[in-house]
Order: sequence, then C-alpha cells, then structure tokens
Amino acid sequence: MSMAVALLAAEAGAGQTMTPVATGFFFYLLSALAIISAILVITRRNPVHCALSLIVTLLSLASLFLMLYAPFVAGVQIMVYAGGIMVLFLFVIMLVNLERALKEEQFNKQWLAGVAVALGLGALFFVVYRNGQNLFPGTPLELPEAQNTQQIGLGLYQNYLLPFEIASLLLLVAIVGAVVMAKKRS
Amino acid sequence: MLQYFQSYLRQPVTPGEAGNYLWATIYVLAVIIGVSLVVLTMNWGERKALAHMQIRLGPMRVGPHGLLQPIADAIKLLIKEDIVPAGADKPVFWLAPVAVVITAWTTLLVVPFGRTHAITDMNIGILFMLGTSSLGVMGIVMAGWSSNSHYPLLGSLRSSAQMVSYEVAMGLTVVSAILMTAMNDSGMYLRHAESANGLAGTLSMIGIVQAQATQGTWFVFKFFPLGLIAFGIFAVAMVAETNRAPFDLPEAESELVAGFHTEYSGFRWSLFMLAEYSGMVAVSSIAVTLWLGGWLRPFATVHGRRIEIPHYWQGGALDFASALLPALLFFGLALACFLAVARMPKLSVFRLQTVGLALFGALLGFVGVVLLAPPVRDRVQDVFWFGAKVAVFMYLYIWYRATFPRYRFDQLMRVGWKVLLPAGLAVLIATAVVGVVL
Amino acid sequence: MELTTLHYLVVAAALFIIGTIGVLTRRNVVVILMSIELILNAVNLNLVAFSRLYNGLHGQIFALFIVVDAAAEAAIGLGILIAFFRNRETVNADEIDLLRW
Repeated sequence: MSMAVALLAAEAGAGQTMTPVATGFFFYLLSALAIISAILVITRRNPVHCALSLIVTLLSLASLFLMLYAPFVAGVQIMVYAGGIMVLFLFVIMLVNLERALKEEQFNKQWLAGVAVALGLGALFFVVYRNGQNLFPGTPLELPEAQNTQQIGLGLYQNYLLPFEIASLLLLVAIVGAVVMAKKRS
Repeated sequence: MLQYFQSYLRQPVTPGEAGNYLWATIYVLAVIIGVSLVVLTMNWGERKALAHMQIRLGPMRVGPHGLLQPIADAIKLLIKEDIVPAGADKPVFWLAPVAVVITAWTTLLVVPFGRTHAITDMNIGILFMLGTSSLGVMGIVMAGWSSNSHYPLLGSLRSSAQMVSYEVAMGLTVVSAILMTAMNDSGMYLRHAESANGLAGTLSMIGIVQAQATQGTWFVFKFFPLGLIAFGIFAVAMVAETNRAPFDLPEAESELVAGFHTEYSGFRWSLFMLAEYSGMVAVSSIAVTLWLGGWLRPFATVHGRRIEIPHYWQGGALDFASALLPALLFFGLALACFLAVARMPKLSVFRLQTVGLALFGALLGFVGVVLLAPPVRDRVQDVFWFGAKVAVFMYLYIWYRATFPRYRFDQLMRVGWKVLLPAGLAVLIATAVVGVVL
Repeated sequence: MELTTLHYLVVAAALFIIGTIGVLTRRNVVVILMSIELILNAVNLNLVAFSRLYNGLHGQIFALFIVVDAAAEAAIGLGILIAFFRNRETVNADEIDLLRW
C-alpha cells in the first residue's frame, strides 16, 4: 500500500503536466480496494473492524483523488478525514459498550427492503446514465497540477469567501455542541 | 553501468519528479535502511548519553563501550516468545504495529535530504507529512484497544489525545512557516508575477528550502523573534507528538506499566520502537526543513547571494572549507576511537574489544578518506548538512529525556491547548501582519 | 482501456449504494454513522471527477466544504450518541425508539 502511495506520489510530484504511467492498473486496484473495504464496513460484526475498513476506504479514495489531479483534496482527506474523524470514531467505539452489541443481531428486520431500495437507486443511476450518456465527453482534460494549492487558496478567499466563513462558523457550532452534549451532567 | 550511475547523479530533479521508478525504489530502500540504522544508533546513543548525564557508564560489556548493544537487543527481541493476550482481537492486534510502522515510514517519503535527494517532491509535501503523522494515531488506538487490558486502553487513549492536541499547535506553526515562503527578502508578500517560479509560496518541502535560499535567511531568523518563537513552539509540540520525555506519561513505566504497548512482546514491541524513532526522525526533518534551512550550510550567504551552487568546487573559499567538514568529522571520530583504544585496560580479556574498537576507528578513518575525494566530497554536502541538523535534534531529544521531569497528563493537555495553541495563533497572525506591514 | 470520467462515476455510485445499504440495514448506530461518511465520500469522488472533467477548481472546493461538513456532523452525531448511551446503555437503533424516556 505504501509502495502504491509512493509510486502515485511519484506521479503526482510532476512539475507541470506529466503523462501518468500505469493509470489503468492503479485505478482498478484502488477502486477494487475501496469497494471491497466499503462492503466490509457494512458487513462486519465488530464496529472496530468497520472503522478500520472505513479508514482503508478513505485512504484509497485519497489516492483516487491524487489520480484525478487533486492533491490538495487528497491531503486534506488524509489529514482530516482519515486522521481526525476516524480517530474520533475509534474513540467513541471504545467508550461505548461493545460486548452486548457483539452478541446481538446486526442486521435489522427490514434489511431486504433496504437492499431493494438501494438497488432501485442503482437502477435509477443506470437510467440517468443511459439517457445522459452523450453529455459526458470522452477523455478528461489535463489540469496543470503544480499550482493546485495556490489556485484553491485563491478560489477559497476570493470567489468562495462567504462559504468559507460560514464553514468556520459551522465548525465552531459543532465544537461547542459536541462538548456540551458529551459532557457529564454534574 | 557506471555511466548510467554517473549520468543519473547529474539529474536536476528528484527521481519521483523524473518518473524514474528504478531510482525511486532504490531511494526508498536507502531511506528505510538508513532510518533503521539511525534507530540502532539512537538506541546505543540514548543509553550512553543518558548514562553519562547521570554520571554512570551505560552499556560497556557487549562490545567495546557497548557498541554492539543494539545488535544484542535486536537478537533478544527476535528470539523472544510472541505472546498474544487471551481475548485480544487477533487481526487488529497483529495489524496495529504494522500500521504504526508503515505510517511512520510513509512520512519519510517527501523528506528532502538534498536538492535532488528526496524520494519525490510532492507539491503538497508538508501537508502529506502532517497527514501521515496523524494517521499514526490510529495505529496507537488500535494497539491499545486490541490488547483487551485496561493499562493499554488507558495508555492509548491518553497517548492519542495528547498527539491530536499537539498536532493542532504544530499545524499552526507550520502554516506560519509556509506564509514566510511567500515573501521576498525584505518581508513583503510576493505577487504572483514577480515571484521566483510564478508561484507565491509553496507547500513542497524542496520548495520551502529553496525559498529560504532565495530569501537568504533561515526561517528561524526571519522577522526576529517571530521565526524563533514559531520554531520554539514547533520544537515543543514535536516532542509531545512523538510521545517522548517530558511528555511520555502514556508510556512511562512508573505510570502505566508501558502504556499502549504493554501487551506486545518481542518483535512486535520492536516495531513500535522502530516507529517511534522513525517518527522522531520525521518530525525533526520537518523542523529542519521548515526553519533551519534544510540542506543549506550555515552562513550560506557569506560569499554572495548565489546560494544554490550546483557544484561546490565553483564556490568560494568558505564553500571549500565547509566541503571538508564531513571528512574532518569522521577523522575526529576516528581519533576519538583511537584515544579510547589507548585508554583501554591492557588485560588479555579485553584484547578482542580493543582490537574491535581499533578496527572501528580504522573504518571511520577510511570513510573520512573516502569523503575527501572530490567527487564524493562535493555530492555529499546536502545530505551531510541535513543529517547533521537532524542529529542535533536527536541529541536534543535525549537531553530532554535526561533533564526534564515528566508532565502529568492534565498539565500536558493544559500546555497543549491553553499555552501552545494561543501562542501558535498569535505567531501566525503576527507573521501575516508583519508580511503586509513591513 | 482508456480511463474516462465514467469510470470514476461508477465507483462513486457503487460506494453510494453500499453506503445506503449500510444506513438502511445495520442496527448499530455507529455503523450507520460510518455509512453516512461513505455516502459523503462517494459524493466527494463524484465532485472531484467532474472538476477534472470541466477543468475547473469549483468541484474541488466544494469537496473541501463537504469534508468540513462531514467532520462537524460526525462530531455532533457521536456526541448525541454518547449522551444517549449514558442514559440507555445501548447503541442498537431498534431500541432507540422513543422521543423521550
């Protein structure tokens, strides 16, 4: 895995646009890894195993972002999502009592209806793709990647300044709310 | 073959940038082997230095002056019984040390040992290093939880809470260093058009050192004392990030048996130790790259503004003198070995150790002679200065461990959130404002 | 085979469907929250793929905001879970069925 990241990082480290090598191989490898660990997330009995599989999914998605010439989003995904949110999940799983939960049924009574609904959603996606197929041009364009962070910074502070400030307010509200709710009532 | 080697060595970019997978793999292996050697050396060095600071001798038996002690430790750890606690979650128990080591080594992917001597140069280099350091927390949580015992659980909870808290302060000071890359010599912000390579500021590790080269000052001395305060905050936060003294409550013996690695024995424990020292090397590399000028030699501006000289023999007298420094260092070490040989007791039981030490001194002298040869001398400069600065940080780690008493956990969290975080914010705002005003 | 945007969209759709199945079928509330994170990540992949397709950075900036939002929501959701668990000692979604107790 880390060799794959190393080789992908070798691809991503190009100054300007560089023809990527073995893109198909890495794409199929990473997508298979992401989908298999996503299936493991929803089927494992032990919540800690689910959390670890979700971390694998997040890391393979970060590598897919690298392949899509989005290194800053990949870095943020690793740092915030895999390194922050999942650690929070693991903390909470450790604090919440597990032994009773491990012996219980893990799928609820309506699981068949749930799977049917999700497959119906998949059919909807397929129909939408079929009808809109000619809207997607074939090959994606090349993005110069060396200035990605700088361009994102410019975009965040010029075009998207208001959402940026609102996002920081949202984080403040979330911090205060989480602290208030998880505190022990004395 | 030799020509291929030589033509490679004249490349202007790192192997990752050039897309050269063979050399990238060779660099990866070199970094892994190098870091493992550093871990072995730190093991010996820590015990000897701690001992001498406590007016005792440390390991003296295993080799001459205990030089073979790390090898004896490694053999012992490898042949120890591998105990898995009853009721432990076996897959997670197996995976935790592996995860910690892999994240610690992945961090070293972008460390710039020289202008072209990094495995690769991602343009989000520093963000990648911080991100993979925060992934290491996950391995510690896994280790504590899967041991099915309350000492490891408490230890891992405390350790991960501490690491997450100090990551915030580290991130803020790193951002203030990144801000400094976007300025020119006198401290004004660069506009897009007039900056060196069309970009104003960069996150890439090699770019940060190059920014220090073009601005003619190490960031620790920029906007004095702002750079120094930022560097000081980072230096404290990095010690807490790696769970080392005086922030080592989660793994101290008198507190929590051994914290999150209590239930790990033998080879698995050695993986944790490997990951801890690799993490120390990684955060020291961040500190050296961001504030202490990376591979640049001290007083690099003395002979003029052209600091990035590709070949050291084209520089002035000061460059030549500093180019001799690696060789002189090894000659000094060889001299110390020979002096120690002269002071060894002249008994027959010590003959093997005396001969071994003399041979070690001869080996060091030979390395010094090799470093005098011009092709080697001029190419090893970057790596030498980087390694020397990281070695200073490693020694500082040992010095802290010998000197400071341990922080209690609530004091530790108070320092992280109430002292370092506001200080980091203040430094960041001050750097931003000074860049506009000055 | 040449990689087009469609490949990434199919992967994102598959992750979305898996996440939806997770939300609708599992009983453990923590796993439900993790499936919600899967859904958000599928949307992220979709956005970044389209950002590459149309050669603009808007998709990536939107993806950043989604990451921020997911962090806030995970924190609040887990806070609610802890507060609930302190009272009822269960994380089973079938047993969390009263608005007050």
